[in-house]
Amino acid sequence: MSDTLLETRGLRAAHGQLLAVRDMDFSIKRGEIVALIGANGAGKTTLLRCLSGVHPVADGQVLLHDRDVTALEAHQRVQRGLVMVPEGRRLFGDMSVRENLRVAGDHGRKGEWTLQKVLDALPALVSIIDRPAAALSGGQRQAAAIGRALMTNPDVLLLDEISLGLSPIAVDEVYRNLETLRQTGSTSMLLVEQDLSRAMAFADRILCLREGRIVLQGLANTLSREAVTQAYFGMETVPHLESKV
Amino acid sequence: MIEALISGLLLGGFYAILAAGLSMMFGVMKIINLAHGDLAILGAYGVIALTTRTEMSPWLSLCIVLPVMALLGVLLQRWLFARTLRAGILLPLLVTFGLGAVLQNGLYGVFGSEAQSLSNSLGDLAWENWQLPGGIIVGKLPVITFAIAVLVLTGLQFMLSFTKLGRSIRAASSDAEAAALCGMDAHRVHQAAAAIAVVLAGLAGTLLAMQATVSPYGGPTLLIQAFEAVVIGGIGSLWGTLIGGIILGIAQSMGALWDPQGFQLAGHLLFFVVLGARLWRQHRHQIGRPSLSTLFKLRLKKVRRA
Amino acid sequence: MTYGKQIFLTAAAVVLLAFVPVFAEASVVDKITTLFIYMLLATTWNLMAGYAGLVSVGQQAFFGLGGYFALRLVDGGFSAYPALLAGAVGAAFMAWVASFYLLRLKEGEFAIGTWVFAEVIRIFVMLDPLIQGETGTSLIALNAVDPELRRSIAYWFTLASLAGMALAMSVMLHSHVGMAARAIGDDDEAAASLGVRVLRTRQAIFVLASLGAALAGVAWLGSAITYLPRSNFGVQWSVVMLFMVLVGGLRSGPGPYVGAFILFALQEFIGHLGAWYLGGLGAAAAFCALFLPQGLWSVMHSIWTKTFHRKSSRRFITALTKRTTS
Repeated sequence: MSDTLLETRGLRAAHGQLLAVRDMDFSIKRGEIVALIGANGAGKTTLLRCLSGVHPVADGQVLLHDRDVTALEAHQRVQRGLVMVPEGRRLFGDMSVRENLRVAGDHGRKGEWTLQKVLDALPALVSIIDRPAAALSGGQRQAAAIGRALMTNPDVLLLDEISLGLSPIAVDEVYRNLETLRQTGSTSMLLVEQDLSRAMAFADRILCLREGRIVLQGLANTLSREAVTQAYFGMETVPHLESKV
Repeated sequence: MIEALISGLLLGGFYAILAAGLSMMFGVMKIINLAHGDLAILGAYGVIALTTRTEMSPWLSLCIVLPVMALLGVLLQRWLFARTLRAGILLPLLVTFGLGAVLQNGLYGVFGSEAQSLSNSLGDLAWENWQLPGGIIVGKLPVITFAIAVLVLTGLQFMLSFTKLGRSIRAASSDAEAAALCGMDAHRVHQAAAAIAVVLAGLAGTLLAMQATVSPYGGPTLLIQAFEAVVIGGIGSLWGTLIGGIILGIAQSMGALWDPQGFQLAGHLLFFVVLGARLWRQHRHQIGRPSLSTLFKLRLKKVRRA
Repeated sequence: MTYGKQIFLTAAAVVLLAFVPVFAEASVVDKITTLFIYMLLATTWNLMAGYAGLVSVGQQAFFGLGGYFALRLVDGGFSAYPALLAGAVGAAFMAWVASFYLLRLKEGEFAIGTWVFAEVIRIFVMLDPLIQGETGTSLIALNAVDPELRRSIAYWFTLASLAGMALAMSVMLHSHVGMAARAIGDDDEAAASLGVRVLRTRQAIFVLASLGAALAGVAWLGSAITYLPRSNFGVQWSVVMLFMVLVGGLRSGPGPYVGAFILFALQEFIGHLGAWYLGGLGAAAAFCALFLPQGLWSVMHSIWTKTFHRKSSRRFITALTKRTTS
């Protein structure tokens, strides 16, 4: 059994009339954390939606555990260990956090992650467990959404724009939770992140997307900030920017 | 007058069952099933046919027909409704309207135009009543219908709140895509919801046949009444549907006191008024002005301060 | 076919058709009048549903209302034929008034809202002692007219209505209203933010379509003379409209006419099957909605171009593949 968990071959996807993902080839290994960066409209969310099965694929393949899952629907991919935490969290607003987690527990794969274990990993959820999801703050929602995904015992976790709309403190909390997950070592992650420094600090590998193509990829600790910034913006030379970028 | 009030109230129970089925389908699949009333009539005719052929109690026939209705719901969802989901709101309306026409005319073809009833098979229960103080007479059957309605709604609420299926239905109604991302097979949930909806329709139709009569072309009237009950009571709440049904029933009974046609008319007019009030409220909200009730509260505050 | 050519051919057809009552026998004239009424109903329903996305199952309100106003006017002393026309216009006015409310409803609510509206109108009409409830009444004034003349006038009235409506719809669709309707159909919020007057546009279409239904209704009264509220306000008219448009082809120009022909043919040959016939119409409409969304017209058109124009067969193939991938 190979080390590659998730792989795409020649993946193409359209967004309306536009080709949002072009001829994409990449793979994720077991236990690896990959950050997907790129400007808005680069195709990051479309790629994740194709991988998770909610967006139709125009051409190419998605392989999970070396098996072609391109034709499978989203819920079938969840059964095989591929789960997405969607952009905007998309919790079931009228239901409590407990119920949100239980729905995922009802339908997802059974395994190590039980309700208790998820609460142990994300202790912030304990105090709000019975509150309706619509009444939570952004950071709490993000934790709940991650918890919900964990209930399905994923092998690969796709996280779409997890810092979106959150305060820096809340984002710190999210990354602390993700770090806890990394320690368990069992879940690979592909996360879409707008914040370059966070992405480079947290991920093992960086994938930079522009106009639907991978323009740069490499291990986070070998890539220079300049190279990433150039790839991000698509510029030959980049004017001197503050280190914030 | 009091009797009209009470009979209207009890009628609310019947409407609640009918409306709950319509809501279920709309909540989960976002489809307004224009054939819902016709499915109720179909269920009623099923029970009537079974009861008259086999001479068994209507209640027993009901227990046999309802599972068949559940199966029908699953099949309709699988073969018909599921296909309409892919193309916007227009298609489900058109297809269910066509389905309604098929059911109405099919029933007419098989059973003829005469209105039929189950009251003959109910024996004494059909006309028995209770005498309340003040000389008010209340029929037993309407009360039993209302009791059944409360029981059914309670059961539904229990199912939705505490069972796996109920959680799944609520999740799918809230956000179908997120539900799929939790591993939920939407098709299964939709089929379950459709089965429940059609069973509720069949139950309501049978209860109607027990209290009054049903005829092949009576479906549209039931659909309209169910929709009116949902709108008056507020979309999205199960108990709201009961309240909506009660208000509708009372309005209709009051209208009937004025003129036989007033029964339907009162319901329609109330429906338009409530819908209009809701639209007005949304309009005020959209243009940034407070709704009338908020204005009223603010005025009260000013008066109190002064 | 260029626009000018279309107008010329249509005008020529209308002129030719106008001569039919002179030569044809009575039953033929009656039947073609009925066909024209079906066409009126189909084209105007298509206008609303196909171009404005308004699925109304309450157009029978205006079908019956036109006749009711005409009856009231005749009762008040007007002569029959002007009353019929005035009745239709009156019904269209009611459509305009009702549209301020109805058009603010969303799709599903709108459909049921129009149905309830039709029911309310029917109940009010039946309460009028002139109509005598379930019994209905007749436009007795027309009995005074010689039957052959009456038949011809009904024919010409219907033909004129159909031609007039076709012209009006064509003008509307080519005008800014038509463009606005297409914009609204794509995305009504975006259209509104660009200044498209959504309500006005929908109103224009709704009122015109209702005028068409009302003209069909008074034409029906002018032909049949009797007025039965249950039947004139019956929802089976909506079933029939649905069938014609869905089977013929939603949103296409010739589609509704094809649908009307098919309905007419079916009525002729299996109409005697009564309820089964109506049920069959419903099933066919649902079937076409699901599996043949472009209607029979597009199938016919494809076969025509494939047979007669070789260049077009390439287009036919791409059109076919486009449909399977969309």
